[in-house]
Amino acid sequence: MTDTENQNVKIKARDVTVHYGEARALHGIDLDLNANEVTALIGPSGCGKSTFLRCINRMNDVIDGCRVGGTVSIDEQNIYSDAVDVVELRARVGMVFQKPNPFPKSIYDNVAYGPRIHGMAQDRATLDEVVERSLKRAGLWEEVKDRLTASGTSLSGGQQQRLCIARAIAVNPAIVLMDEPCSALDPIATAVIEELMEELRRDYTIVIVTHSMQQAARISQRTAYFHLGDLVEHGQTEAIFTKPQNQQTEAYISGKIG
Amino acid sequence: MTDKSDTKSHTEAYEARLKKRYRAERRFRAYGMAAIMTAGLILVFLLSSIVYSSLPAFSHHHTRLDIQVSTDYVSADAPEQGNYLGLVRAALRDQFPEVSGRRDKRALYKILSIGASDELQKRVIAEPDLIGTRLSLDVPLSDDIDLMLKGLIDRTLPESDRIVSDRDLVWADKLLAENRISRKFAFALFTNGDSREPEMAGIRGALVGSLWTLLVTLIVSFPLGVLAAIYLEEVAPKNRATALIEVNINNLAAVPSIVYGLLGLAVFINFFHLPRSAPLVGGFVLALMTLPRIIIPTRAAFASIPPSIREAALGVGASRTQVIMHHVLPLAMPGILTGTIIGLAQAAGETAPLLMIGMMAFIVDVPGDVTAKATVLPAQIYMWANNPERAFVARTSAGIVVLLTLLLVVNAAAIYFRRRFEKRW
Ligand SMILES: Nc1ncnc2c1ncn2[C@@H]1O[C@H](COP(=O)(O)OP(=O)(O)O)[C@@H](O)[C@H]1O
Ligand SMILES: [Mg+2]
Repeated sequence: MTDTENQNVKIKARDVTVHYGEARALHGIDLDLNANEVTALIGPSGCGKSTFLRCINRMNDVIDGCRVGGTVSIDEQNIYSDAVDVVELRARVGMVFQKPNPFPKSIYDNVAYGPRIHGMAQDRATLDEVVERSLKRAGLWEEVKDRLTASGTSLSGGQQQRLCIARAIAVNPAIVLMDEPCSALDPIATAVIEELMEELRRDYTIVIVTHSMQQAARISQRTAYFHLGDLVEHGQTEAIFTKPQNQQTEAYISGKIG
Repeated sequence: MTDKSDTKSHTEAYEARLKKRYRAERRFRAYGMAAIMTAGLILVFLLSSIVYSSLPAFSHHHTRLDIQVSTDYVSADAPEQGNYLGLVRAALRDQFPEVSGRRDKRALYKILSIGASDELQKRVIAEPDLIGTRLSLDVPLSDDIDLMLKGLIDRTLPESDRIVSDRDLVWADKLLAENRISRKFAFALFTNGDSREPEMAGIRGALVGSLWTLLVTLIVSFPLGVLAAIYLEEVAPKNRATALIEVNINNLAAVPSIVYGLLGLAVFINFFHLPRSAPLVGGFVLALMTLPRIIIPTRAAFASIPPSIREAALGVGASRTQVIMHHVLPLAMPGILTGTIIGLAQAAGETAPLLMIGMMAFIVDVPGDVTAKATVLPAQIYMWANNPERAFVARTSAGIVVLLTLLLVVNAAAIYFRRRFEKRW
């Protein structure tokens, strides 16, 4: 472990292996992720970044033929133990996907959906408040406050992605997972979301998969480099980008592979 | 290619290719249009020939008679028991005083429909004050006289070759000359059940029978089909057993429909002793037939919902059931409804399976519930087509027009629901 000094571990992955049918996608990953930090997962495509991310909220469970081995602990509790309820887990671990995927419902209903199904708002006023707060945190409130009943799919790509962020944080999760959240967005929308992440990390633990080196360097405190299903190197973002220990990492960062 | 000498020849070859491509595209378009036009023309020809031959069934000739509602025939105490046919016949005799003798009178009565007194009876029972008065009423003529008046019987043929006798012609001409004949809309076609007399035979019994049957079909097959599809598509693990079930469901859709009739006969009637000829059993049988036709499009509708919507819902902590009920099902609804309605439309046109359970039957009464004896539209059409009376020819076409209208309504409903539930993402 390169960062034994850290006491603030939120997510602890130990010997995580994932199989899709017969094919092994992750070969025993050990990784600690800190609270209130942005951790970037980087690596060439197909190396297992998304697969690892989806282990953290057990989204792999819904894929036929996908098996997960090892343990992932959040706050010292193994989320793969029988005692953990997946639905409750996913309320604690929110997720933002690569392609903005708002529900074909109103903006309001998109954000209110999570709180509603988890019974987090007793009355309409509380729900209104949750929706407003979430949209504000996602930096979307000013743009949509006059048309909350418009369809979520009528927004621009960047707005849709912020709506998805608002939807994820509306249930007040501890962790937010983001799988290449900016890959479908233009540079301006990307900048808005990057700024937002800096904001959000005060309250949430953020894990982000990105294919953009610059983005990882800009927004993350820690970086983990994956290659062909192995975790090759991880540590302080600055350290990884300035003096990578591993040759593969260096080659990837300097654009020789990827 | 920047070479100048090359540019011109290049351009020529290019032009030639371009022209060739445009020609090919025009040709392709022409083939497509020709195919559409041919299909369209055939359809128009078919529909217009059916509608044209059905037209005579929608009207019927009546003759005006001056009826003396005499107390000899109807007593004010019990108007229900009156001899109304006698009243009408007496009025007809008055019209033709020259006809005497039992046999001649009998022949005369035959120019009227056997339903000639129905309206009189209804009116007198409703207003008993009419008893003892004289009223003028249009009563329906017999089917043969009606056909003749519609010009569907060639009067120039020798008497032995036509169904109306020379005497009938004389009587009809006399009524015509006295301006007593009128052509009216044939309400009987829509208000009556089946009858042996063409002018009294109506489509209502079969229409109501069809509606009852389809109602049972819908109530049974829609929930079963949708739940089965949800289970197979969303819940069941993808293994050998479900693959086998899937193959079998696909095969069921291709099973000849008469097989379902045999099954229905064996199971519902012989084993469970449900009533024969009843919409209940017909509905069950058609539901069996319709099930795969609902399951398959419903599964397709589920499969077409983008996985991103499911992921989004799962990601905020929706349970599997919530994902289905809140997101997938509403989005799949247009597809499910379209599949269901097309399945029902097919069921509405089925005769073969109903043959086996006794729904191809001569039934006069309009069925009041799902256990009453009933027939269905396509069966009615087939039975009319088999009747020897000439007037049933037009009735048969009219039955087809009613069936097609029903299907049109059903399909319009499909389009309406599709529009209503459709959402974009
Ligand atoms: N649903 C799946 N079924 C089968 N194989 C998959 C599935 N998802 C990912 N994989 C495989 O797992 C490996 C890692 O994929 P992924 O985690 O998506 O990579 P990344 O996000 O780093 O591009 C790839 O080889 C990919 O083909
Ligand atoms: Mg990925």
